[in-house]
Amino acid sequence: MLRRGRLNLMTIPARRLAPPCGMTSASPMGLISAVSSLANPARFNAFASRATPWLVGATALVLGAGLYQGLFVAPADYQQGETVRIMFLHVPSAWLGMMGFVIMAIASVGVLVWKHPLADVSAKAAAPIGAAFTFLALATGSLWGKPMWGTWWVWDARLTSFLILFLMYLGLMALRSAIEEPSRAAKACAILTLVGSINIPIIKFSVDWWNTLHQPASVIRAGKPAMDSSILIPLLVCALGFTLLFLTLHLVAMRTELIRRRLRTLRITTAAAAFVPEPAE
Amino acid sequence: MRSPVAAVLTRDLALARGGGAGLGVVFFLIVVTLTPFAIGPDLALLRRIGPAILWLGALLATLLGLDRLLQADHEDGGLDLLHLAPASLGTLVAAKIFAHWLTTGLPLVLAAPLFGVMLDIASQGLGRVTIALLVGTPALACLGAVGAALTVGLRRGGLLVPVLILPLSIPVLIFGVAASGDGPEASGALMALAGLALGYAALGPFAAAGALKALRD
Amino acid sequence: MTGPHFGFIAASYGIGFVVVAGLILWTWVDHRVQTRALKALEAANPRRRSAR
Repeated sequence: MLRRGRLNLMTIPARRLAPPCGMTSASPMGLISAVSSLANPARFNAFASRATPWLVGATALVLGAGLYQGLFVAPADYQQGETVRIMFLHVPSAWLGMMGFVIMAIASVGVLVWKHPLADVSAKAAAPIGAAFTFLALATGSLWGKPMWGTWWVWDARLTSFLILFLMYLGLMALRSAIEEPSRAAKACAILTLVGSINIPIIKFSVDWWNTLHQPASVIRAGKPAMDSSILIPLLVCALGFTLLFLTLHLVAMRTELIRRRLRTLRITTAAAAFVPEPAE
Repeated sequence: MRSPVAAVLTRDLALARGGGAGLGVVFFLIVVTLTPFAIGPDLALLRRIGPAILWLGALLATLLGLDRLLQADHEDGGLDLLHLAPASLGTLVAAKIFAHWLTTGLPLVLAAPLFGVMLDIASQGLGRVTIALLVGTPALACLGAVGAALTVGLRRGGLLVPVLILPLSIPVLIFGVAASGDGPEASGALMALAGLALGYAALGPFAAAGALKALRD
Repeated sequence: MTGPHFGFIAASYGIGFVVVAGLILWTWVDHRVQTRALKALEAANPRRRSAR
């Protein structure tokens, strides 16, 4: 059965194997009604290659300014002391870990409902970046927790929720790597992402509830006073800088993915041409 | 002519009678047996964490068995017949999940009080944990069916289903263990668990059917 | 920037640097590798270039 599947792959005319997002389908005729002008992968690629240097420059500028302010200009917090500086890394990472999943959820709707040719490219490219920032949020949260709570890891609601988010990223990437054919992987990952996004509020609620059940008001969490602008502004600049970094990486990874898919199509075409003699012209 | 749902149900139940249904219970028993070796034979401690052990064992037994829900049908071509059947695929998948739960989930629920005795859980506690498992295991089966549908036909499907579904099943575990305890929150947790079970029963089979349709070549 | 918790801050930013630099490097190298592979393949089969 398995062998027959392999054989089919080689003998099916190459056109039918072209992934829906491949650049070969970029002719205006082949596209399903475009939602925006960027729906055309070739046009997207042209836009992305023009935008990338600007994005890189903006990221370096904003992130550099934010980190400089956060690390050297902002004052130490009167309660948390210098450890508050971890916040300038921790909070943007946490925000981007969540934003990555939101991007993937929107892209998944794009895959399943609008069948947008770039949607799965976006979802696939966002997963490792979102996972990396979620990991960073967990690691810096742990490093922040050690001096604050006295232990490396506290099963509090927020850290635990982020751990579950990280596991969901890993599951999505595992599912994608387990399915060989891109269009099947796209649909499977889109469905899992949407099932996961429906579950996220339930998980969040249940983890919060579980946390109040087991640790009644013993967690050290100082009532949040209004954050001073000397800390808030660098934090916002850092968040903007990291967001620009995310978008830059995402854009470049999407371009790479488009190239990868075109490569795959070309390779299958060449392989198929070797097996099936082309009709005489 | 029987209705397609009844046909799927009787077929799956007949197939399950051939064996394999007891394996989940044996796995469950092994998890319970391993616990005292891991944490020591202290009965007071075992009594305290007993419901949690039963829930972990049932959770793992349910999800590890779920890759067989659709895999056998994929291998023998029965899945193609389901696509062609004169009934909505979601309803048929729901029937399959129900048959699967009757043959693998229900035995776990019935075995739970017996294994609970081995963990020295008191009789009221045994009742609570059994009721919570009775409500919670169908929720796990419906959730897991989505994972089974997503991984159908994959060579590495077996371990992938738990990896995909276990993070999503955390709410069921939280409310299930809370409903099994004797705290003041137990009845509220049982209500929440029942709500989750209803929600997953309503959505799970249709999400699984959607996955099967989308992944059909 | 010194104090009892300097190590934690340094470790945080160290991990942050490693993760972000790794992410950038991986994205960049992957892009280079795929671009080169595509160029090589297109050079090998010039006829296929019309597919674009």
